[in-house]
Amino acid sequence: MARRLAIYSALLLIAVCFLLPFTWLLISSVQPGSGLSAKVTWEFSLVNFQDVLNAETVFRPMLNSVIISGSTAIFTAVVATFAAYPLSRYRTRFGRGFLYIILFATGLPITAVMVPVYAMYSRFNLIDSVPATIAFMTASALPFAVWMMKNFMDSVPLNLEEAAWTDGAGWFQSLHRIVLPLMVPGLTVVFIFTFVLQWGNFFVPFILLLSPEKQPASVTIYTFFSQYGQVAYGQLAAFSILYTVPVILLYSAVSKVLGGAFSLTGAVKG
Amino acid sequence: MTATTPTLPPAVRGDTSAPRRDRGRGLRRLVPLLPALVLLALFFAGPMLWSVYTAFTDAALSGSGAVEFVGLANFDRMLHDPAFWNSILLTLIFVVGSAVIGQNTLGLLLALLMRGRNRVTRNVVNGLVLAAWAVPETVAGFCWYAFLHRTGTLNELLQHVGLSQNWLYTAPMVAVIFANVWRGTAFSMLVYDAALSDVPPELMEAASIDGASGWQKLRYVTLPLIRRSIVSNLMLITLQTLAAFGLIFVMTGGGPGNASQTTPLYMYEQSFKFYELSYGTAMALVLLVVGALFSAIYLRLIRLED
Repeated sequence: MARRLAIYSALLLIAVCFLLPFTWLLISSVQPGSGLSAKVTWEFSLVNFQDVLNAETVFRPMLNSVIISGSTAIFTAVVATFAAYPLSRYRTRFGRGFLYIILFATGLPITAVMVPVYAMYSRFNLIDSVPATIAFMTASALPFAVWMMKNFMDSVPLNLEEAAWTDGAGWFQSLHRIVLPLMVPGLTVVFIFTFVLQWGNFFVPFILLLSPEKQPASVTIYTFFSQYGQVAYGQLAAFSILYTVPVILLYSAVSKVLGGAFSLTGAVKG
Repeated sequence: MTATTPTLPPAVRGDTSAPRRDRGRGLRRLVPLLPALVLLALFFAGPMLWSVYTAFTDAALSGSGAVEFVGLANFDRMLHDPAFWNSILLTLIFVVGSAVIGQNTLGLLLALLMRGRNRVTRNVVNGLVLAAWAVPETVAGFCWYAFLHRTGTLNELLQHVGLSQNWLYTAPMVAVIFANVWRGTAFSMLVYDAALSDVPPELMEAASIDGASGWQKLRYVTLPLIRRSIVSNLMLITLQTLAAFGLIFVMTGGGPGNASQTTPLYMYEQSFKFYELSYGTAMALVLLVVGALFSAIYLRLIRLED
């Protein structure tokens, strides 16, 4: 009994510690004129949300985020599906080597790659270009996406395709007609996961996109913070909540698809 | 050659034993890999190889003027740059403090404590820990900035004890370490939760019958059984923490002075604020090599099924 009490108090303490840093962000967002001081005034109003819900502060950056993360997620899912097919279906020496490189690349620090990428982009005049930013984001998201997609594809049984292969179907037909319909959940997970990761990606667009009207919310919210964070924390909090809600919704959707368990860490179990 | 039965393990698939004349066909089968290969070569391998070249030149960000080959000058400068060594030391403290000790231990502790708890408890604790992980890193930074502010939540709670202070100035490293533990523990918790569910319950029962205490069971049964997960997890969280930028940048910007300027922040300052592109690239190369080492160790550990 004493043991159970100790465990529950430990869990309660940890839970409170995880909750505390969120509290002022949540509270100040509905308090008019709130700043950084955690002084609760018991006034409730949505004025902070009204103040930031305009084209310049929230709508345009969020639209940019949708465009940038959405295109990255679409391209990544498509390219990763193609790449995963031969890796999952045929066992060749080249395929194995490629898988090792893919896994190796998932570990490399993207932050460190950004300096040479910036240098390369400025040389070819690609700085401040949205398509070029999407291209880099797709490339950097690919290693993990290919790895996930290959694992999902491995669980689709091979015998269904054998009939198609005997009938002379090529890889595209087998993939499109037989494999893909059976792995819609896997495809959804890869798409959502890439989308969420790029939605929160701060460093890459911060370095590659310079004009405020092209920047996604992850960058403009930082600009907002450095300009008004001290005086209008309530507005920043409202903006943060609007920017975070899609992520929370999509994460819950993913955990539904995976049946409650987040198996993104499956690759780690070793 | 594709007549494998469904019961065979996936490794049996394929045609490594295919005759020579099928080589053209084998290559054709790799066609779907092409888009991924091209993208990775252009935007991933390309810049990295280019960084090897730039690190040995005197290129500046403005781009004008002739680029000269300077050999090891950038690396020599790094060796004698106290700010660089300061950043390496801080990165080490950050990685060991927040990942190896903080996230790893707290993640394991949470996974252990949550075993056999009722659903409500699991959902609430899981939900909070996962929420800290799911929020974008800038937002996590804003949360902690306000939490630790001179008149923020933590100081409101501590004022009765007389400990309130501006934590981001008095203890910036402690602040960013705690913030990163808060943010990253979910990953370790998920890894250990999965690993613990693979530990056979019979073994734990047998240990109980032999009269092992809770601690002995953990030390002599559980930990040895999940040691591969522990090492993999350590490698992965080290890799994730090594290049952390956004959270520290938002909370302290590397300051005050350079009291929390880890290597990624120093690299950013040199490359994009002082336009010392080649020096920044040399530092990026060092980070990449360290990352590559950890990544290679991780690869050896997980071994692809043969």
